[in-house]
Formats: sequence, structure tokens, C-alpha cells
Amino acid sequence: MISVEIYRNFMQIQRPPTTPVVAPSEEAKDFAFTTRLADFIQWGRKNSLWPLPFGTACCAIEYMGVVSSHYDVSRFGAEVVRFSPRQSDCMLVLGTVVEKMGPVLKQVYDQMLEPKYVIAVGVCASSGGFYRAYHVMQGIDQIIPVDVYVPGCPPTPEGIIHGMIRLQEKIQRGGIVRARDRHKLIGK
Amino acid sequence: MQETGTSSSVSNSGMLPEFASAFASEILATEDFRGDVTYVIKPQRIREMIRFLKTLERCPFNVMMDLFAMDYLKSNTEMPERFAVIYNLYSLPSNARVRLKAYVPEAKPEIESIHDVYKAANWFEREAWDLFGITFTGHPHLQRILCHNEFVGHPLRKDYPSDQYQRLKTSIRSTGM
Repeated sequence: MISVEIYRNFMQIQRPPTTPVVAPSEEAKDFAFTTRLADFIQWGRKNSLWPLPFGTACCAIEYMGVVSSHYDVSRFGAEVVRFSPRQSDCMLVLGTVVEKMGPVLKQVYDQMLEPKYVIAVGVCASSGGFYRAYHVMQGIDQIIPVDVYVPGCPPTPEGIIHGMIRLQEKIQRGGIVRARDRHKLIGK
Repeated sequence: MQETGTSSSVSNSGMLPEFASAFASEILATEDFRGDVTYVIKPQRIREMIRFLKTLERCPFNVMMDLFAMDYLKSNTEMPERFAVIYNLYSLPSNARVRLKAYVPEAKPEIESIHDVYKAANWFEREAWDLFGITFTGHPHLQRILCHNEFVGHPLRKDYPSDQYQRLKTSIRSTGM
């Protein structure tokens, strides 16, 4: 399991230094604005997430509602669902992951390109849920790093959207650690 | 309730007199619950008995509904042995059911495979071996069917700790499943 304290400290180090933003000159301020490059890149990343649904249970059904017209996740720039890990950067683990499925999940995650994010949707993916039994992994953070946990059994579409907004906030903060560094934090 | 055929094919109690007489020495007890009869039997001649029931002319039990095991460890009532293997058969022509129950000892939980009588028994027996550790002699491919290949122990045994998780460490390809 990840030590929460180490993880937080590590995220602090990874944050970009908060250098002051220089305002545009008087003659340019009507048509130009200034920002930090890191903030600009993170703004672009958070608004064009390419989700990969790793659906194994009822949470995936809720996610179908999230991407459909009523809840319309395209409002948050994450509507183009890809079923290839090589074309996506935000894996949503939607459902129960049994121990036998563990290597499959790990391999799919490893195939995703950087920067990549993981949302554990529902209690099964987050902690095993009510499956306190021999066959279910007690949280996918045992094998892959997780950025946002969404509680619920299954969570409502609003809950999943809330999780995606929290991920966007996290991306904007620059708190996402590169995966190759994150692997060091996960105890084997 | 359809009455036609029941009197000619199976008696009202659901008992099978020809089975009872053919295997009189093997049957330890008989229970009848609302027309569904259960024979508690010795495990040694199980294959002959299953084949007898399948080819019974009056009422052929042509469907293998289920095969499963029981673990009576920590049972409130005294049981002859720790494990039992239970066979549920169904006769489509007669709409009749029969259940065979064979106790197998903890020291040697072993019973003959019936995969060549019912094809459906092949995976049922693998399941019972995977989860309870019952050995089915003569089975062509007695390997785990639900748990992964690195799993140690049999998780539905009452003495298996329910929180003993076993991580699958190898990659997908090497699991052979």
C-alpha cells in the first residue's frame, strides 16, 4: 500500500514553482494575456482527457449514462472514449477486479502513454467493496497508482462526473506524478 | 400441476424402486422432500449408479443439473464425513428429480469421475476440485477452473481464511488461461 504521507510529500516536490506572472504591457493588454507555460499545458491536458473504460461491473453501466446525452461528459472534454490503451490517457476502472484479472489490468495500464491518470470508480475498484473474500483484489491501488477514488455502489453519474472534475483540478495543480516515479512508491 | 405421466413413470413419493433394489447395498439412507428424493450413498460405485439413472427406461435422468461439494466442518449436526459430493439429476420426459449424496472422508476426499456419462460433469468436477479439493479419479483434465493457477489451497473449505488473498504475480500469458 502507498504511504499517504510519502505520496503527499512527493506531490509537493513535483509542483511547479509559483513564479509570478508578468502582466502584458500596456499596449498589448487588450489582445494578449500572460500565463505560466506549465499552467497552460495543464489547462490543455485537463480539458482533453481521452478515457479508457475498464468496465467489469455495474459501474460501467453508470458510465454509459455519463457519456450519453443526458449527463454529457463532453462538457468536460472527456467524451471521446477509446478502447485502446495506446490512444487514451485516463483509465476508469469501473467495477470489481478479481485477483485473476490483476495482471490484465496492469498490462493495460502499462500500455497507456504518459501522462496518464487513473480513476477508481465505485467501492469495488477502490477497496474491494463488499467482496471481503479470497477472490477480489482489495483495491486496485495494490497494483496500479490511483489518482481519484469515487465512492458508491455504483456511484451516480453525478458522482463519476464529480470524480472527473476532481481529476481535472488535480491535473491543473500539477500534482500528477509521472508513473515511472509513482511505481517506486508502491510497495510490492 | 400436471398429473398425467407421473403415476406411470415415477411413483407419487418420487422413489425409484428399481434403483433402490439394484444398489440396495450401496444406499445408506433415503430422504423424500415433496416428491424430490435424495439417496445417501457410498461413494465407491457412483459411476455405475449415475449411468443406471441416466439409462433408466421408465424415467431416464437425462439432464445433469448440478454437481457440487459440501464442507461440514464446524457443522452443528454430526455428519458421517467432513465432505459430501452431491449430484442433482433431472428427467425431462418425466419431470422428475433425484439427488445423490456421497460422503467422502477428509483424509482422502476422492470419488470417481463421471465425465464420460455426462459431459456437463467435466467442468462441475473441476469446480468442486478447485474450491473444495475433492479429487475426481479418472478425470481427463482436473485443473483449477475459477481460481488462478498460482492459487494455493481450496477457498470454499471452511478452514480457509476468507481474507487470505492471493495475488496473481505472473503475466497474463504465463497463466495459461
